[in-house]
Amino acid sequence: MDITFDHVSYVYQPNSPFEHRALNDLSFSVKSGSFVAVIGHTGSGKSTLIQHLNGLLQPTEGKVQIGDYVLEAEGKNKRLRDLRESVGVVFQYPEHQLFEETVAKDIAFGPQNFGVENKEIEKRTREAVKATGLPEDLLNRSPFDLSGGQMRRVAISGVLAMNPKVLVLDEPTAGLDPSGQKEIMSMFSRLHREKGLTTILVTHSMEDALAYADHIIIMNHGELYSEGTPLEIFQQQKALEDVQLDIPEVIAFISEVRKRLNIDLEYKGQTIAELAKELAHKVRGGGDHE
Amino acid sequence: MSSSLIIGQYIPTDSVVHRLDPRSKIAIIFFYVVIVFFANSVMSYGVLALFAVGSAILSKVPLSYIMKGLKPVWFLIIFTFFLHIFVTRDGAVAFSIFGWDVYWEGLIQGGAISLRFFLLILVTSLLTLTTTPIEITDAIEELLGPLKKVKFPVHELALMMSISLRFIPTLMQETEKISKAQASRGVDLRTGSFKDRMKAVVPLLVPLFVSAFKRAEELAMAMEARGYQGGEGRTKLRELSIGKSDVMLYIVFVLLIIALFLTRS
Repeated sequence: MDITFDHVSYVYQPNSPFEHRALNDLSFSVKSGSFVAVIGHTGSGKSTLIQHLNGLLQPTEGKVQIGDYVLEAEGKNKRLRDLRESVGVVFQYPEHQLFEETVAKDIAFGPQNFGVENKEIEKRTREAVKATGLPEDLLNRSPFDLSGGQMRRVAISGVLAMNPKVLVLDEPTAGLDPSGQKEIMSMFSRLHREKGLTTILVTHSMEDALAYADHIIIMNHGELYSEGTPLEIFQQQKALEDVQLDIPEVIAFISEVRKRLNIDLEYKGQTIAELAKELAHKVRGGGDHE
Repeated sequence: MSSSLIIGQYIPTDSVVHRLDPRSKIAIIFFYVVIVFFANSVMSYGVLALFAVGSAILSKVPLSYIMKGLKPVWFLIIFTFFLHIFVTRDGAVAFSIFGWDVYWEGLIQGGAISLRFFLLILVTSLLTLTTTPIEITDAIEELLGPLKKVKFPVHELALMMSISLRFIPTLMQETEKISKAQASRGVDLRTGSFKDRMKAVVPLLVPLFVSAFKRAEELAMAMEARGYQGGEGRTKLRELSIGKSDVMLYIVFVLLIIALFLTRS
């Protein structure tokens, strides 16, 4: 589903000493089927932004459009239920939302609320645990007996079982071990491709943004600071430093190589191995032709 | 949810009222609550109101904000007023609407009680608006100090109080977070039958309890790791001290009491 933010502002606790403008005149659009990473340091308005995507927050000014649902500052927003069924949100530390007696019941909770039939729910549950890599014999265990990583997977399965068209991920890998982080991210990437999802990923990891996103949005003080493809964004080292963001290791490495060894190397999405080969080749002096 | 209720909320504007010793504030408010019940003439209420409104202005907390925050209490105040009007049947009839006689006595009684109520709530919410929870518990611990002699666990009580006060905002945040997560999974707390809505509370309460227990365990562990062993021999980072403005407050308050008894009828 296409997503459009049209001059959106959001103010927390208006007309009080705690008034805080979290989003300020924010406009951007996301094409259906794209994988967008939203980056920015803490307090830049990322979390507020994603809460507009399924109507948890209503813009103070401006208009948000998701597919054919419109959230406007004025007036009641109807059909929120439909919107929430098609936009699945995985919040930070989603394992905190588990509450049922068994894993299966917890995963079924979302679809049940949206009135999906039992048979279909069973099917979706099995698909969801398979996608998140949970063994099926965990389905009858209590979610509170599982390890942290497994609980996270259960919570994610619960969102996937809603069969959303848009998947919103708020730092889905925070607090996981490195291999768990990689597994979860590649799972999301695979689901994105296989199911044709529109994915919005909020992350602090520039590596993830570079590896998975096809479009990046940088937030700063509730405003859109910059947007573009990962390659465009990460070329602007100075601009990123201004908002206290790093550049991914690969790109930092390449720019150092260019500067120190005066070798013309460019990042076009190569893997580390490909890059090593290319570099070795150029160091040996075969830069121009073979 | 958190924006409409200000009782218990601290507003960090730097003012004379904020800098007063919390013990003075608590003691004065205690006595104020007592003397409010002695007022019985227009003038005496005026004197009391002057003190309350004066303190509110001195506190630099925006008056409009205080008024907005008292919104949930307005209902009670107005309710009390009308209750008195309808129930009191003494003295002369002031006027009648829809065949119901309203008596002068009822109007006066209703007005007086509502005003009392308003003053009490204004003054007590000023305490929490201008005093951090830590200061309040420190002050209570000091004020109850003498009870230690009879083996009353004053320090433990104060610690329990400060922990619970400290965790109110945390739990509120947690509640909001979880209810948003569940709302995203299709929970609707606002529509549906009473039974449905009761059912919808379970997905909110279970995770909240789980996290509260986890937090309690972690806090206990962290306290033990730092050698906490109760109040015995424990010193304070910030000692409370009575300053010039506290003495001023006492003088003003004594004057207030004198004025009150002079204006009583």
